[in-house]
Amino acid sequence: MSTATAPEPVVTGEDRLNLRGQTLPRWTPLAVAAGSVVLALLIYFVTPVDSEIQIVLMAAILFLIAMSAASTVVEGARRARDRFATTLVYTAFLLALIPLVAVLVSVISKGAKRLDLDFFTHSMNNIGARDAGGGIYHAIIGTVEQVVIASAIAVPFGLLVAIYLVEYGQGRISRVISFFVDVLTGLPSIIAGLFVLSFWVLALGFGFSGFAGALALVVLMIPTVVRSSEEMLKLVPNELREAGYALGVAKWRTILKVVVPTALPGIVTGVMLAVARVSGETAPVLLTVFGTNLINSNPFSGEQSSLPLYIYSQAGQPQQFAIDRAWAAALVLIIIIMLLNLIARLFAGRNRLK
Amino acid sequence: MTTEPDSSADDAGPRGTASATDPTPAQLVTTSKAKIGAADLIFKNLTRTAGIGLLVLIAAIALFLVLRATDALSANTGNFFGTQEWFPNQTPPKFGVAATLFGTIVTAAIAMIIAVPVAVGIALFITVYAPRQLASVLGYVVDLLAAVPSVVYGLWGLIVLAPHMKGTQLWLNDVLGWIPLFSADAVGRSFLVAGVVLAIMILPIVAALSREVFLQVPNAHREAALALGATRWEMIRTAVLPYGRPGVISASMLGLGRAMGETIAVALVLPASFKISVHWLEPAGNTIAANVANGWGEANEIGRGALIASGLVLFIVTMVVNMIARAIVARRRDFSGSSA
Amino acid sequence: MLVKLGRRQAAVGAAMVALLTVAACGTDDNSDSGGSGTKPSGTASAIACAKGSITGSGSSAQKNAVDEWVKAYQSACSGATINYQSTGSSTGRQQFIGKQVSFAGSDSALKDQQKIDADARCAPGTAVDLPMAVGPVSLMYNISGVKDLQLSGPTLAKIFAGKITKWDDPAIKAENPSASLPSATIATVHRSDGSGTTDNFTKFLKAVGGADWTFDSGSDWKAPGGQGAKGSDGVTSTVKSTENSIGYAELSYAENAGLSTVKVKNAAGEYVAPSTDGASLGLSTAKIADGDDLKLTFDYTTATKGAYPVYLVTYEIACTKGLPADQAALVKSFLTYTASDAAQTAIGDLGYAPLPDAVATKVRAVIATLS
Repeated sequence: MSTATAPEPVVTGEDRLNLRGQTLPRWTPLAVAAGSVVLALLIYFVTPVDSEIQIVLMAAILFLIAMSAASTVVEGARRARDRFATTLVYTAFLLALIPLVAVLVSVISKGAKRLDLDFFTHSMNNIGARDAGGGIYHAIIGTVEQVVIASAIAVPFGLLVAIYLVEYGQGRISRVISFFVDVLTGLPSIIAGLFVLSFWVLALGFGFSGFAGALALVVLMIPTVVRSSEEMLKLVPNELREAGYALGVAKWRTILKVVVPTALPGIVTGVMLAVARVSGETAPVLLTVFGTNLINSNPFSGEQSSLPLYIYSQAGQPQQFAIDRAWAAALVLIIIIMLLNLIARLFAGRNRLK
Repeated sequence: MTTEPDSSADDAGPRGTASATDPTPAQLVTTSKAKIGAADLIFKNLTRTAGIGLLVLIAAIALFLVLRATDALSANTGNFFGTQEWFPNQTPPKFGVAATLFGTIVTAAIAMIIAVPVAVGIALFITVYAPRQLASVLGYVVDLLAAVPSVVYGLWGLIVLAPHMKGTQLWLNDVLGWIPLFSADAVGRSFLVAGVVLAIMILPIVAALSREVFLQVPNAHREAALALGATRWEMIRTAVLPYGRPGVISASMLGLGRAMGETIAVALVLPASFKISVHWLEPAGNTIAANVANGWGEANEIGRGALIASGLVLFIVTMVVNMIARAIVARRRDFSGSSA
Repeated sequence: MLVKLGRRQAAVGAAMVALLTVAACGTDDNSDSGGSGTKPSGTASAIACAKGSITGSGSSAQKNAVDEWVKAYQSACSGATINYQSTGSSTGRQQFIGKQVSFAGSDSALKDQQKIDADARCAPGTAVDLPMAVGPVSLMYNISGVKDLQLSGPTLAKIFAGKITKWDDPAIKAENPSASLPSATIATVHRSDGSGTTDNFTKFLKAVGGADWTFDSGSDWKAPGGQGAKGSDGVTSTVKSTENSIGYAELSYAENAGLSTVKVKNAAGEYVAPSTDGASLGLSTAKIADGDDLKLTFDYTTATKGAYPVYLVTYEIACTKGLPADQAALVKSFLTYTASDAAQTAIGDLGYAPLPDAVATKVRAVIATLS
């Protein structure tokens, strides 16, 4: 895309070469990539090393070295550095894709086995260890309710804190708040659950419920929401704020109508990361919602189940039926989070200010 | 910056934050100054209350941790920071956080070393290199991967990754075995494997947030660099990275917090031995968070206090790491905030 | 306030509503989707039903048994719901003391301060330990070409204590003269999480190991060396994927993974393969505490033909008095069923053994006094 930037004079082929210097042909990266893979495979077959990871890593490094060398020789040091960075970014991207896709593929292939209608519409009531049936309806209800309640509390709360930190906060308190928000990110999830268990379930005597689980999830969501919102609000150009004030718009309206909408796509990303994290939490949920095999659609009273709890308890069983159920539930959990993500993004709108 | 604030206020409808009946800024100007001041004050105090509420919550959690930890700490017959064993449930209890703290730091460090550069690479690829259509799809894929529950990463690490990494670990041992870190009697579910699992787990988180940060780099900055004849890499180095640096550090800190606090995935992968091992390819090691997950179900009162005390240590470690990160960001403060 | 919705948003909204409508037909009725034709084993006539709902929590070692019993009980008694969650024995005991659950499942009996606290929770009654499910703990191994490995208690203690490190050690060879044992390092695998299985297995090692096993028994693994793995499933998959390894888990895990199990030498001098009946015979020599609190003390030294010596007992902890009336009736009715012959034989193929007669009789007598 660097070609699109400089206004290029209309020149003939010869002049163009003189202007931009010698460049590698367009097919070079592909050829070098193919060469690297072949060489890596050769090394793989000739030497005693045996690991698939090895081939990929080796090919990537060979590709990187060969491309840089070729570029240095043909194009000169400065363009070689650019070429090196480009190659590095591409290989990093492709390398990262491999394990991530592998995770997805194994969840999908193992999870698809039990993905039938019965699975979605039944609970685990009266399913013994030998039984193949059973479903996750109760767990879906539990997870969706707990996560939605947790988000309904944590997102406005976290956003307000972030607004305070970025727009109003100067001085000690805001520095202290912002610092301790970071500290909260490292809180092991089980301790959040324990905290809610001690205060809400035991000391205040409310008993196990989906809501208690949601409270534990709130503690875990807040740091991610605050931190990412804070970062996104900071990046909103000051001109937008100043333009608002110049028009005589009150500060709070400028924030709510201009600053927050500008940062919204980024904030939504942060919120969805927080949702994704807490949707997969087992330990705090185990302590606060207790779990059940029955459908309980009231989050404010009685034990509920949740998908991570379900996955965890089924994955530890010796029977293959249970392990199949666990993978299928993991797949469903990912799909649910994706749906929530999709909905949040559509409502947040994609038109950003450029 | 082409968009005027008033047009963005009009646009706000579809974003769900504004209603069709909202007054336009022009109308707002006519509202009395005093009224604006009052509303502003209310809003400011609302956000301030939220901030202080959060502080109270954190203080309550810290207090709770300290209270629950003290009984166990006073019953401890070992040195809490020096002892490597973890036997809080026996009488007399003897436990120390040395081995698990060491494991936490090592696995988190391995994860960060692998994940942060790669995540920045992914974010750069999506925001700078990839064609627009592909970029939005990839952004979505990254979000998808952040949505995979950690227990799945743990199971995958145990069942798929650990066996596949055996060859790589043997090779590292062959080639770099003269460095103690890479010498091993036997390779297996090691710090390295756990670090890689954590790296893969936090990769989407760091990448997704870094992507958002890079997207916020004003086009004017990029175009200015390119107009001055910079190559794409020079543009990234001079315009994108400095602008995004505090954001990338924040994203990394979130990733680090996740890596250090992760329970289930690490508990599934590491063999949970309580000794400080400098051989990072051998099946050995444990982390604080994984130890809490492993020990909780069968711990007695003292045992639980001990586990909570170790949680407190994790809390403090996170605090120290964040202090360092903040110091780094503060040195480059002139780039944060905003400008164009 | 009217929120303007784009067409896309409206479509998503409609899709959500449709999804929820479809999903709203969820049901707790699993009577036709039970799969492999397993019928609840208790018949309605065998169970004296009570109504209401109770919760219990604790040992994961008895989860499969309790699930099966709950299934049978609930099928026979409409109007009763029993919710058992496997949170770990210690958590179960603490939740029982904290009045969060009506009964607890535990792999070890109440002792010391916990017994006092539990009695306080049950005032004016007391808390009782009721042995309810017995199972063999199998020793699974992965050595290519070796079947029918036979080991005695002391040899096992030496292996797990790290005093025997090679499979072709003379002590192992002496017990397996015909096996072709490799000269490979033994990789022992133990539980990394606290567990009743570890507790019961180390009790056995401590009792038979003598000077070779100097570590305390308990739910945490105390010996140095070896690899930890989380949960019985983790131990099983680690043994399966590690050559020349040995580990311990409930029998059903070994069977499901297709791993060979060690024949363990009992006090009568026989090498016995793990089986539910063998475990039941092994437990039959245990001493039962006097009174209502039926704590068992294992006896590994009395010779009993066919007894498998490594077993696991899990208890239910309940109140003799002091529960709210509706809960008390259901707890009593449910436990009466679980201690019955029908319930005890129903869990046979899940890797549990029936309680020995002497124990079962006492358990039933105590349950009859609950109120």
